[in-house]
Amino acid sequence: MQENMQVYLDNNATCMVSPGVREAMMPFFGELYGNPSSIHNFGGQVAKHLVTAREKVAAMFNVSPDEIVFTSCGSESDNHAIRGVLESNKDKRHIVTTKVEHPAVLNVYRFLAKNKGYKITELGVDNLGDLNLDELRTVLSPDTALLSVMTANNETGNIFPIKEIAEIAKEKNVIFHTDAVQAAGKIPMDLKKIPVDLLSLSGHKLHTPKGIGVLYIRRGTPISPFIIGGHQENGRRGGTENVPYIVGLGKACEEAVAHMNEESDYVSKLRDKLEAGLRAAISHTYINGNPLHRLPNTTNIGFEFIEGESILLHLSKAGIAASSGSACTSGSLEPSHVLMAMGVPFTYAHGSVRFSLSRFTTDAEIDYTLKIVPEVVKTLRELSPFYEE
Amino acid sequence: MWDYTKSVIDHFEHPRNAGKLKDANAVGQVGSLACGDALKLFLKVDPETEKIEKAKFLTFGCASAIASASALTELVVGKTLDEALAVTNEEIAAFLGGLPKQKMHCSVMGKEALEAAIANYRGQKVVEHKEQEVLCKCFWVDEEKIRQNIKEHGLKTVEEVTAYTKAGGGCGNCIGDIKRILAEENGSSVKEQLVEKKPKMTNIARMKLVSKVVEEEIAPMLRKDGGDIELVDVDNTDVYVKLRGACARCANAKATLRQIVEAKLRESVDEDITIIEAQ
Repeated sequence: MQENMQVYLDNNATCMVSPGVREAMMPFFGELYGNPSSIHNFGGQVAKHLVTAREKVAAMFNVSPDEIVFTSCGSESDNHAIRGVLESNKDKRHIVTTKVEHPAVLNVYRFLAKNKGYKITELGVDNLGDLNLDELRTVLSPDTALLSVMTANNETGNIFPIKEIAEIAKEKNVIFHTDAVQAAGKIPMDLKKIPVDLLSLSGHKLHTPKGIGVLYIRRGTPISPFIIGGHQENGRRGGTENVPYIVGLGKACEEAVAHMNEESDYVSKLRDKLEAGLRAAISHTYINGNPLHRLPNTTNIGFEFIEGESILLHLSKAGIAASSGSACTSGSLEPSHVLMAMGVPFTYAHGSVRFSLSRFTTDAEIDYTLKIVPEVVKTLRELSPFYEE
Repeated sequence: MWDYTKSVIDHFEHPRNAGKLKDANAVGQVGSLACGDALKLFLKVDPETEKIEKAKFLTFGCASAIASASALTELVVGKTLDEALAVTNEEIAAFLGGLPKQKMHCSVMGKEALEAAIANYRGQKVVEHKEQEVLCKCFWVDEEKIRQNIKEHGLKTVEEVTAYTKAGGGCGNCIGDIKRILAEENGSSVKEQLVEKKPKMTNIARMKLVSKVVEEEIAPMLRKDGGDIELVDVDNTDVYVKLRGACARCANAKATLRQIVEAKLRESVDEDITIIEAQ
């Protein structure tokens, strides 16, 4: 076994650009530089690629291409969805989200509550990280302008019952936005069957470079434009299109759809092997999240009596990249808001590590990780005043 | 990723004096699992000379917590207890070539564990936190500790207090109290800064801006619905207006005033604006 193997298990943070995506993008850094809005041939031939890319993204969700708006990132999509909906209907003053949302949603909601006088409800989760849908039913009221619930959680991989949630929102006549940044392309999402009004996607979690996102807007959803300018994106987001990245995202969605089933099997087997191996080798180890409905690529494991930043730095030295909900890695002092909302005990909240795989993860990399992690945990536990063999 | 010095990384990866000390005659422990870091310090003190002969530690925490504990043991071995008590947390940080600002509390933890161990050796009771004095419930920090750190390190902002003591870094409920203590410790200059973060708008400037927003933005909006608005007076943040036309007869006039005019003025001029209907 190679001593300095490089193992990337932080794919929920960002992931490598797929070779197919890179290849699809290259011509647009060269000869295909036209502005798709131009009437001449330089623009015209580029515009065709834009149309095809939009169709590919739409196909992944089984929606119409005119419901796809390209943005610069997932956070822009979230901001556009939330602020655009509220801007177009100022009468309703209540907004609902969950305590475990990504900051790109949660902090926007909290900003609106603090600075714009909205009444905010943040739904809690149980110990497994699941929502209570009966509670959701009771909090939605005629004054509720918007509901945002993520499709899958970035830290635990928990998948929320988006179809049921969307149906409840529809029944209560509340506009529903889902941040599907972690889920899109990893699990099937047919939006003909799931009645969400708005959905956010980020390209770089799907093997494009950073700098491209999507906001899906169901036809008829009242929403104000986010960038006012030209006619691009049907006037919903002005600005010359980021053609190379849009083409790359089209390719990435095409690849995701083509490989979704086999990939899901492949990745979840590796994830399960990693999880089972770590739990067998290391005592006092807990899974954060609900194993019954998680993304195939994510595991969040709490190692009791040790601290996350120390674990990550030792792993990094051995060539393994993972991430942690630990306070110390982020610059804040409390452990992850997701783990705290779940009531994860302090004994392993600080020592929780997220391993997130991709279709490029190999069996050998998992074997290497299974060799290194127990050594790191042992080293740190020997140092810990709380651990007794 | 933190910008740790080579020395911090070295002490983290190869901690000196790690482990338990079987023949320790002084033990001090600070921190907890909930806090996210803790340090247990073991000392072997020569009863004759009061010299620290050996020091070892166990740490639960991040890289800088482990490195700070390692540095502490290196610093105190060979010193008498009184000499050791003179070691400051800044010296611990300096020994490591410095710590990121947000990690200074790791060196403070080292200093506290040392004090606890020496108190333990001397048979003194370690001062326990009393519930009513605990200000930061997340990290169990009392007011005394905050005041002490403000004085010792010349702290001026809530962020600095959090960096040194962790207080205020969790739920944030105690931030108001930290501001109050900062103001008390540092006198009124800081107090003013805290109260008036935004540059204060002069009355004339506010009046002009209110008038402009009413004329150019609010009035046209109301006129579309057959109403109108007249600006009567501006007294600091109190804005006196009269509604005319359709608005005046409208049962929802008050609500209209509050919601539209006030919201608009708060957004465009000053968030403290209050709308008062002139008689």
